[in-house]
Amino acid sequence: MLERKLLGRLASGALISLCVGAASAQQGKISDGVVKIGVLTDMSGLYSDLGGKGSVIAAQMAVDDFGGKVLGAPIQVISADHQNKADVGAGKAREWFEAEKVDMITDLLNSGVGIAVAKVAEQQKRIAINVGAATTRLTNEDCTPYSIHYAYDTYALANGTGKAIVKQGGDSWFFLTADYAFGHSLEKDTADVVKANGGKVLGQVRHPLNASDFSSFLLQAQSSKAKIVGLANAGGDTINSIKAANEFGITKNQSLAGLLVFITDVHSLGLQTAQGMLFTEGFYWDFDDETRKFGKRFFDKAKKMPSMIHAGVYSATMNYLKAIQAAGTDDADAVMAKLKSTPINDFFAKNGKIRVDGRMVHDMYLVQVKKPSESKYPWDYYIVKATIPAEEAFQPLSKSTCRLVKK
Amino acid sequence: MTEIFGISIQALLSQLLIGLVNGSFYAMLSLGLAVIFGMLNIINFTHGALYMMGAFGAWMGFTYLGLNYWLCLLLVPLAVGAFGIVIERTMLRWLYKLDHLYGLLLTFGLALIIEGLYRQAYGVSGQPYFTPDLLRGATDIGFMTLPNYRAWVVLASVAVCLTTWYVVERTKLGAYLRAGTENPKLVQAFGVNVPLMVTLTYGFGVALAGFAGVLASPIIQINPLMGSNLIIIVFAVVVIGGMGSIMGAIVTGLALGVIEGLTRVFYPELSATVVFIIMAIVLLVRPAGLFGREK
Repeated sequence: MLERKLLGRLASGALISLCVGAASAQQGKISDGVVKIGVLTDMSGLYSDLGGKGSVIAAQMAVDDFGGKVLGAPIQVISADHQNKADVGAGKAREWFEAEKVDMITDLLNSGVGIAVAKVAEQQKRIAINVGAATTRLTNEDCTPYSIHYAYDTYALANGTGKAIVKQGGDSWFFLTADYAFGHSLEKDTADVVKANGGKVLGQVRHPLNASDFSSFLLQAQSSKAKIVGLANAGGDTINSIKAANEFGITKNQSLAGLLVFITDVHSLGLQTAQGMLFTEGFYWDFDDETRKFGKRFFDKAKKMPSMIHAGVYSATMNYLKAIQAAGTDDADAVMAKLKSTPINDFFAKNGKIRVDGRMVHDMYLVQVKKPSESKYPWDYYIVKATIPAEEAFQPLSKSTCRLVKK
Repeated sequence: MTEIFGISIQALLSQLLIGLVNGSFYAMLSLGLAVIFGMLNIINFTHGALYMMGAFGAWMGFTYLGLNYWLCLLLVPLAVGAFGIVIERTMLRWLYKLDHLYGLLLTFGLALIIEGLYRQAYGVSGQPYFTPDLLRGATDIGFMTLPNYRAWVVLASVAVCLTTWYVVERTKLGAYLRAGTENPKLVQAFGVNVPLMVTLTYGFGVALAGFAGVLASPIIQINPLMGSNLIIIVFAVVVIGGMGSIMGAIVTGLALGVIEGLTRVFYPELSATVVFIIMAIVLLVRPAGLFGREK
């Protein structure tokens, strides 16, 4: 990594000196003579399996598939760890935009980091394509003309899962909520959907982030007698909630609804424990031939199947490069205009479109985790129960509070 | 139904019991820390990482070697203990004459390295591990259905804790140990091999962490960060109980588990903080801890 950075610096140094001369006229369409893509992600913390090194691999795959060059200029991928700290992420983004001449930053999982980097991107007039974060704030009060929210958000997850479960008769809910902004917003979004579809919310309990044990909270959920226990948490907290729910026999009379579950969580839980759970996903590697092809190529490099964030990073990078090609320049305004005016249809995004508020809407999937007996090969985890069409899956543009939306 | 502050007696009893289960883990881990601090004067920050190694050990034993839970419960603590002995022999022994701070820094650094290596190898999502067949299922005990495995955790932990306490405080071996910490030169003059005793003590304290890790493996997600999530609370338990006090560590561990459990019912938002509030109060009122002696 260090070597690559060093080489990158040497190369850009050499290019700058070249550009001072006549070369600048020919390379004018691509600023600094190189297109640099920064993958800013959690490399070592609790989300590093969702994004992390896998996202760097995915971005590099997209660059290689594109041919390594756009409009004659080389494409480079660099990466850094934001340690899940908004200030670290924003600092890195500023350094990349100002000193390293990075043109676009992607991955950006963790909502706090995502919002901070979107603000930096707007100041610097460079592009931030957020694939990993969940918060709907990115396309509402914190939207910017230079940011895109690519894969999913809390609204899409709550809407898909909440609606489907209420329709199946799961009309009374109790929430187990991670006690911070993300958990609260996930709980609120889901509760709204449940109520709008005729269900009721019997109560909720807020647990601290990284709680060591969930049995006390689950007993409270049990005594609420709600049919559905909604897990408005993520990662290790979700996994430990599900484990404890199984152990205490809660799953016998009540059902669990995971509101933010990734394939990596299912892999870590094992089908024995995770079976039967319903949730919403933006991508499943075993969905069709195209996704399988990508999944297998990714697996060869990363030794695991891609999460929706990995697939999203590939798709975002690829479509960003296509937009540069089509716009004939890497100028951020022109590329953003191109991105927002071009429909996106690839293995990741079906019926995709980037709206004016930066939201990329695309089909989402309601999936159910298979029983161990139904799983035929490694990573054969989901039954896709329904496709949620792009226009229904996300918050309608009319409800967006983004300042870019003309009302 | 009778209620206390709007919570039924039934719910309260079940929460108390669950608190006891969590308290068992605190007790076992803080016991190891107390033994190590009491005998070696080392603040063992690797304890969380060793607990994690214990849980991973159970998973590895099952996945790579096909060893069942019971064998792992026996073998993994030995392996973790042996690993601890290597650390003690090669690194910690050089620090005994120095300030506590050096031991803390070394063990903290080691913890980061161990966690980093596991993270590199296994990622952070964790590994699945299942309850042994013998302890699957749950028993209806009137006010709640208690998973059999959790009952086993409490029994195993209380047995281990009390045995340790008995050995250290009531046997001749324990007397040598305690004397060895007070005045190693004199005890050595009587023909006791003090360095060996110290090494074995560290190995034992560390093995306790490994044992707790194996016990935890079926009920919580086995991931490289599991130890660091827990270790801070366990240190608070040791401070509240009194650094180096064996009985203090056991009683405080169980009691804090229960208090934390009750907080989760009455004011869940506070449950992550309550242990530290108690720690602050105890430090103000009794700086040596509830069971500690001022030197």
